Amino acid sequence: MTKPTAYNREASETQPPLNHPGYGSTAERSPGKPLVLLPHSLSEITGPLYGQDSIGPNDHDLTRQHDGEPIGQRIIVAGKVTDENGRPVPDALIEIWQCNAAGRYIHEIDQHDAPLDPNFTGAGRCVTDGEGNYRFITIEPGAYPWGNHHNAWRPKHIHFSLFGNAFVTRLITQMYFPGDPLLELDPIYLSVPDAKAREGLVCAFDLENTVPGHALAYRFDIVLRGRDQTPMVG
Amino acid sequence: MKKILTSSQTVGPFFHFGLKPIAVLSSEDIPGEKITITGAVLDGTGARVNDAMIEIWQANSRGKYDHPEDQQDRQTTPGFTGFGRVFVNGDGGFEIKTIKPGPVDWLEPGQQAPHINISLFARGVLRRMATRIYFADDPATGGDPVLNLIDGPGRRNTLLAQPVDGRPGAYTWNIVLKGEQETVFFEV
Ligand SMILES: [Fe+3]
Repeated sequence: MTKPTAYNREASETQPPLNHPGYGSTAERSPGKPLVLLPHSLSEITGPLYGQDSIGPNDHDLTRQHDGEPIGQRIIVAGKVTDENGRPVPDALIEIWQCNAAGRYIHEIDQHDAPLDPNFTGAGRCVTDGEGNYRFITIEPGAYPWGNHHNAWRPKHIHFSLFGNAFVTRLITQMYFPGDPLLELDPIYLSVPDAKAREGLVCAFDLENTVPGHALAYRFDIVLRGRDQTPMVG
Repeated sequence: MKKILTSSQTVGPFFHFGLKPIAVLSSEDIPGEKITITGAVLDGTGARVNDAMIEIWQANSRGKYDHPEDQQDRQTTPGFTGFGRVFVNGDGGFEIKTIKPGPVDWLEPGQQAPHINISLFARGVLRRMATRIYFADDPATGGDPVLNLIDGPGRRNTLLAQPVDGRPGAYTWNIVLKGEQETVFFEV
C-alpha cells in the first residue's frame, strides 16, 4: 500500500468546461456523462520527467532556426513557472508552437491564404531553471481566421505545453497578447469561466526585459497544480 | 493566498510540428511482455477524429514508475521512462507499442491491476481528457479498485483493451468521446 500526497483539485471556474456551446467542435467531442472522480494514487502523482537532456542550442530562439531572420516584430517571452503555493517548478520542459507574423502555420493542413515565411518554423522548447524561470525569443504571431462562425478570427496566441512533476499537472494552454480586440470575441478564450483566470492567459508588456534596439518583451507566468503537504521522498 | 491556476486551452489542429511523437519503447530490448494496442478515436456522431494526440504514462513490467515519488521497493528499467505520445492518423487510427505494465500499489492494501494512464488532446477538446487502459484478459482486472469506482459493467468495459484472437500481445481499444459507447473519463 502506498498513500501518496495528493494534489489539490482544480478550482472549476479556472478551467474551461469540456462542452462549450460557443466553440462548435466541442459539441460532439465532449462526454455526455460526468467525469469519474479519481483518487490520487501512484499513477497520478508520478508523471514523465522527460526532455531535460534533449534541448538544442537554438530551441528557445525561434528567430535563429534558419539561415535568415523571420519577418515580424521580434519579442522575448519570459516568465516563471510555479505551483499554486508559489513554489517554483524547476527543470520543467516547456514546448511552444505558433503561426508566423502573417497568421499562417507551417502545418500542412493550414490553408489560410497568407504567406509562409521560409525563415520561421514556429516551434520552440526550453527547460525552466532552478527558480522556475524560462525565456523564449520569437516573433509576434498574427491573428488567423477559422471556421467556427462567420468572420471568426483567433486572437494572436502562442501555444504552450508543460508537464510539471505529475500526470495530474499536465497542461496545454495558449498565451494571448494584451489589448487584442479579438479576445472578447474568441469563444476559446471566453470558455474559461472566471474573468481573473482568463486574464491570466494574457501576457504583460515587460519593459524591463526588452532589449533596446532589438526586441520587445512580454511576461507570462504559469501556475501549475500543487499540494499543501510536501511529499515524502526518501 | 493561493495563486490562480493557469487555465487549459485546446491544443488546436496545428500541434503536429510543435509537439513530437515519442515512442514508449525506445528499444526492442526493454524487458517485459511486448504489446500493441490499436484503435481509433471517435466522436459523438461516430466519425473518426483525425486530429487527436494521445499521451501514455505507465509503469514498467514490475509495476514501477520512473519517478522519484514512486517509493515501491522495485527496480526501474534503464532506457524505459514509461512516457509516450502518438498522433492519430488521417483516419482517426492509432497504434501504441509498449510493454505490459505490472500491477502498482493502491491507496489501501492491495494492488491496482495493470493499466496505462492516457491523456487525450484534440481540436474541440478544451482540456486534457484522462482515461485508463486495462486488459480484459488479465485476471486482476476484475478486482481493480479504480474500475470498481465506475457504475455498471457496461461503462467499465469501455476501459478494457480486448485481446485479438491468435495474435499474442495484440489488443484493440477505441476512445469514444461521446454517445452510447462513451469511454469513461476521469477527473484527476
Ligand atoms: Fe493556434
